[in-house]
Amino acid sequence: MSWSCSNYLCLSSSSSSSSSLISSHELTRVNSCNLSCEYKEQRRKDPINIVAYNGLKPPSYKLDKPQKRKNHALKKPNNISAYYSLKPPSYKFDALEPYMSKRTLEVHWGEHHRAYVDTLNKYLSKNDVLYGYTMDELLKVTYNNGNPLPEFNVAAQVWNHDFFWESMQPGGGNLPILGLMEQIEKDFGSFANFRQDFIESAMSLFGSGWVWLVLKRNEKRLAIATTTNAVTPLVWDDIPLLSLDMWEHAYYRDYKNDRVKYANVFMDHLVSWNAVLGRMARAQAFVNLGEPKIPVA
Amino acid sequence: MALRTLVSRKTLGPWSRFHQQIRGLQTFTLPDLAYDYGALEPAISAEIMQLHHQKHHQTYITNYNKALEQLDDAIAKGDASTAVKLQSAIKFNGGGHVNHSIFWKNLAPTSEGGGEAPHGSLGWAIDQHFGSFEKLIAKMNTEGAGVQGSGWVWLAVDKELKRLVVETTANQDPLVTKGASLAPLVGIDVWEHAYYLQYKNVRPDYLKNIWKVINWKYASEIYEKECP
Repeated sequence: MSWSCSNYLCLSSSSSSSSSLISSHELTRVNSCNLSCEYKEQRRKDPINIVAYNGLKPPSYKLDKPQKRKNHALKKPNNISAYYSLKPPSYKFDALEPYMSKRTLEVHWGEHHRAYVDTLNKYLSKNDVLYGYTMDELLKVTYNNGNPLPEFNVAAQVWNHDFFWESMQPGGGNLPILGLMEQIEKDFGSFANFRQDFIESAMSLFGSGWVWLVLKRNEKRLAIATTTNAVTPLVWDDIPLLSLDMWEHAYYRDYKNDRVKYANVFMDHLVSWNAVLGRMARAQAFVNLGEPKIPVA
Repeated sequence: MALRTLVSRKTLGPWSRFHQQIRGLQTFTLPDLAYDYGALEPAISAEIMQLHHQKHHQTYITNYNKALEQLDDAIAKGDASTAVKLQSAIKFNGGGHVNHSIFWKNLAPTSEGGGEAPHGSLGWAIDQHFGSFEKLIAKMNTEGAGVQGSGWVWLAVDKELKRLVVETTANQDPLVTKGASLAPLVGIDVWEHAYYLQYKNVRPDYLKNIWKVINWKYASEIYEKECP
C-alpha cells in the first residue's frame, strides 16, 4: 500500500456517518470507531503503514458486519473527536541511505513521531477546549505565552517532525538556488558563513532541541535560531524555513555521539533546498524581502 | 602618583599568586568504572555502557577542561564578558562530568549487590518519607519519564531539613542547582544516549529495569555521611 493510498484511508473514513472533513492539512474529523476498524485492518496488512490511530480500544465486533458498525455509530453520536494524523514522509524509508538509515527512519517516524501523534490525540480527546484548531493555531494557543500547557510539547513535536521530514530529500545537499541563495548571501555574507553558523548553532545546544533557518517577519531577514526540546520558532511568530533535529534519537543509531558529523552530513547530503525555496516563496506572501516597489504613475 | 603605584602593587601581588594557583590547578580525567561494561546486562547493554563512559563522559571532561582553561585566560586578562560567557559551557560540561561520576557509582552488577533494597537508616527514611521502597521507585519512574528532552531524576537528601526528596534537573544541570543543601544519593540519567540503543523511545522500560542494577549500598553510605 502506498503512502498516498494510506492518506486516503484516513480521509475516506470521515465521509461515512455524521463526521466530515473540517479543515486544512492534517486536521480531519473522524468517526472514532470506523477509524479503529480501519486501523485494525490496516495494521494487519502492514504494521508500519498506519496513518491515524485514535488511541481508543478497537471495537470487539467483527469487520464483516458493516450494518452493526453503522448502528453502533448511530447509538453513540457524540463519540467524535478532532484528531491529527501521522503523515508519512514523501520518500521511502531507505531513500536517505546511507546518510540516514532506514532503521533510523522506521524508529524515528514509526515510533517517536507516532507516539507524539497518539499522545496528542489522547490529550485532545480529554480537552475539548482545544478542539478544532489548525495545528499552527494549536501550537500558539498551547504555548500560552511561554507557560506551555501539557499539550504543547507533543503538539509541537508532531509539527516539528512533519516539518523535519519535509526538510530533507533523497539526493539533497548541494547549494541553494535562485533567490534563496541571494537572500542567504545578503543576510549571512556567504553560503559558507551560513553553513558554519548553522552547524555551530547545532553544536551549541546543551541538550535536546532543534536548529532552524527562519525568516524574521519584522526584520525582514533570514536568521538561525535554536530551540530547546519541543519549542518551535512559530511561537515567536518567526517563519521557519528549515529545521535540523538535534535530539539524540535523530542521529544516535547512525552517528552515536558524533553530532558534528551528523550536522555536516545533513548539510552535505540531506537538506532539501527545494523545500526551503518553496517555503520562502510562501513566506514572501507575508514578508516583503525586496525594495518596496512603487508604481510609477 | 606614588600612592597609586603602591595601591596597584598591593592589589596585584595577591592577584598574581591566585592566578598561579589556578594555572597549576588540576584538569579532570575520566574516572574508571568499578565493573566491566557488560556487567550490568541485561538491564544496560555493554555497548551503551562503553559509549556512555568512553565517549559521552569523556567529551564532557574534555570540554570542561577546555572551558576552564579559557576561563583562566579570561580572568588573567580581566576579560569579564568572556568569563561570563563561559559559564553556560562550564555548567553544562562540568555538570556532565559531576553527574556521570555519581551515576557510575550508583550502578552495580546484580552479583555485587545491585538492585538490593537499602537497609538501615536509608531504608527506614525511605519508608517514612515515601510510604515504601516501591512507592519511591514508582515516583522516580513517573518523574523521570516526565522529564522533557534530556535530563536527570534524583533521589536526594536535604542536609538541612534532614529529609529525602525526589528532584529532576534539565540537561546536565547538576543537582546543586536545585538547592545548595541537596546531596545526591541516586541519580538516573534519562538522556536518550543512556538507553536509546536498547530501549528506543520507551524510556519507562529503561527506568523500570535500571532498578535491578542500582547500588543502594553506595546511596546508604552517602546518606549516613550527610545525615548522621
